[in-house]
Amino acid sequence: MPQRRLTFRTACATAGLSLALLSPLSAQAAEQIMFVSQGGAYQKAQTIAILDPSAKKLGITINQDSVPDAWPIMRSQVATGKPSWDVVDVATNFCLRGGEQGILEKLDFSKIPNAAAMPAEYRSDYSVAYEFYSSVMGYSLKKFPDAATAPKTWADFWDVKKFPGRRSLRNNPLATLEAALMADGVPADKLYPLDVDRAFKKLEEIKPHITVWWTSGAQSAQLLNDGEVDMVMAWNGRISALTKEGAKVAYTYNQGILQSTSLCVLKGAPNLPTAIKFLNEAVDPVHQANLPLHIDYGPANPKAYDTGVIPAARVGELPSAPANAKVQALMSYAWWTSAAGEAAEKRWLSFAQK
Amino acid sequence: MSVIDPSLRYRRREQGLMLLLASPAVIVIVALVVIPVGWLMTQSVYDNGFTLEHYRRIFSEDIYWRSFTLTFRIALMVTVLTLILGYPVAYAAAHVKRPWDVLILSFVILPFWTSVLVRAYAWLVLLQRTGVTNQMLERFGLISEPLALVHNELGTVIATVHILLPFMVLPLYSTMQKIPRELMLAGASLGGGPLHTFLRVFLPLSLPGVVAGLTLVFVLTLGFYITPELLGGGRTIMISMVVSRNVELYNQWGAASAVGVVLLVAVIAVFALVGRIIPLDKMLGQK
Repeated sequence: MPQRRLTFRTACATAGLSLALLSPLSAQAAEQIMFVSQGGAYQKAQTIAILDPSAKKLGITINQDSVPDAWPIMRSQVATGKPSWDVVDVATNFCLRGGEQGILEKLDFSKIPNAAAMPAEYRSDYSVAYEFYSSVMGYSLKKFPDAATAPKTWADFWDVKKFPGRRSLRNNPLATLEAALMADGVPADKLYPLDVDRAFKKLEEIKPHITVWWTSGAQSAQLLNDGEVDMVMAWNGRISALTKEGAKVAYTYNQGILQSTSLCVLKGAPNLPTAIKFLNEAVDPVHQANLPLHIDYGPANPKAYDTGVIPAARVGELPSAPANAKVQALMSYAWWTSAAGEAAEKRWLSFAQK
Repeated sequence: MSVIDPSLRYRRREQGLMLLLASPAVIVIVALVVIPVGWLMTQSVYDNGFTLEHYRRIFSEDIYWRSFTLTFRIALMVTVLTLILGYPVAYAAAHVKRPWDVLILSFVILPFWTSVLVRAYAWLVLLQRTGVTNQMLERFGLISEPLALVHNELGTVIATVHILLPFMVLPLYSTMQKIPRELMLAGASLGGGPLHTFLRVFLPLSLPGVVAGLTLVFVLTLGFYITPELLGGGRTIMISMVVSRNVELYNQWGAASAVGVVLLVAVIAVFALVGRIIPLDKMLGQK
């Protein structure tokens, strides 16, 4: 893995270098940043849709690194006093926590006009949302072939009499507690602050019927595809990937939990001014609109939907499309990084064990 | 007036030479084991000053106790099962003629060269509800409902036993191979039946291999991560998973390393206790 990462980095650096040679602007500027994301198909899609066009437009070199779990490394990088990363794309809760712990640069939104125009709940003092995905309910079409009688809500997921079958939830409280509360009748827009006791009580109800508490996205897709479970809470991109391969599965955005990753800048980032310039470019509506053409994630900047870049049929499939966002709950990362949220995370391990 | 015994001087020089020979390994161990473990231990009690907070948490919250007992229970089950499965295999390999022993051992070692991750997924394919095992059993009419063979503790144990079997078979085989055949013949000539000679002669002589295998398998199981993570269904939370969760939850290496330190101490305690009952050093030294 380190070797592959190194070659990946070298390849990107080479690509960036050849870009720099082509671009007349960079001859005098030679600015660069180190951008870190999560790798895989997701990072490839960003490179085509956002990173390469941004580098070209700004005349900078964007070096890339990829880490599945950036959070501990962000902390240790800042602790050394000389971080080598500039911009990190990470689950929004880590950006908020990082801001609280003083390991991120506070953002001056007057220098990031594209982000300043985004809805306030999509950004924080230390971060700006980068892309959206959703925790949705997926189900087997073999088990529920008729759309009219298929499960549509979390209350249906919890109703083991009306909808018999095997179920799987993520082995993590984020989005799972929200689903439990919606199953218990809490409206999607009145979830926060979460009633943690009520959520865990509701989860105890469904626990005997949960075959697997999945830990990786790939696992959630495999379980549904192999018929190990009939219903699963999974990320929209995982299930839509199955449908594209012709698997007999479906999902609904109804009562989905809309989640995001955000961009944040490490405290003491070596190329701070360039990093801020990049941040603005990364949430540019056109670049953002390009992303869903390459992967099943939605743009974080709602203006992307007005650019006309995304075909109408595609819009309907995206988690952050206005019509889909309307029927979902927007995760409050502020709540999850609060003391109550962190306590709920710690409580989860004990819940999963018993 | 003292006379220096020349043989003593020679012996000293020889000892120095031996230490020199061992020094590369010693340096590597100090750099890669002693220093990191020392750092780990410091982290667990130091967070802007001396603190026992991480240890207090481990001893006051029952999630740790539950994971520790689960981990030791699984380790014990895996160790016993590998011994039961591995002893006959090693015995056979040590007693059959040339091509057959190679064949047996290659069956033991071949899977050893396959990634643990790949083998864990292979077990998933074999054991899951729609997997090969359940489909066969259903076809033969032995079961009407698929058995829950995986996504639980059972699946974790099955896969871990398979992965660790070579660690039991190989030390057993190397010990058994060195047991002179003549001893068994001598036992037989003195009127001992096959079972009697096995129990009184072969089995005691093979014990060093048994102890080596038990130790290896037990200690390795304690640190297993992939099999419980992939095949445990999210309920089988072994101590390695608690370590990883602690890194995420508490944002401090100390919280995770304290768990590691407690595990280390627990393992040392277990072996000290076992060593009191069974003289481990004598068995391993074959003296």
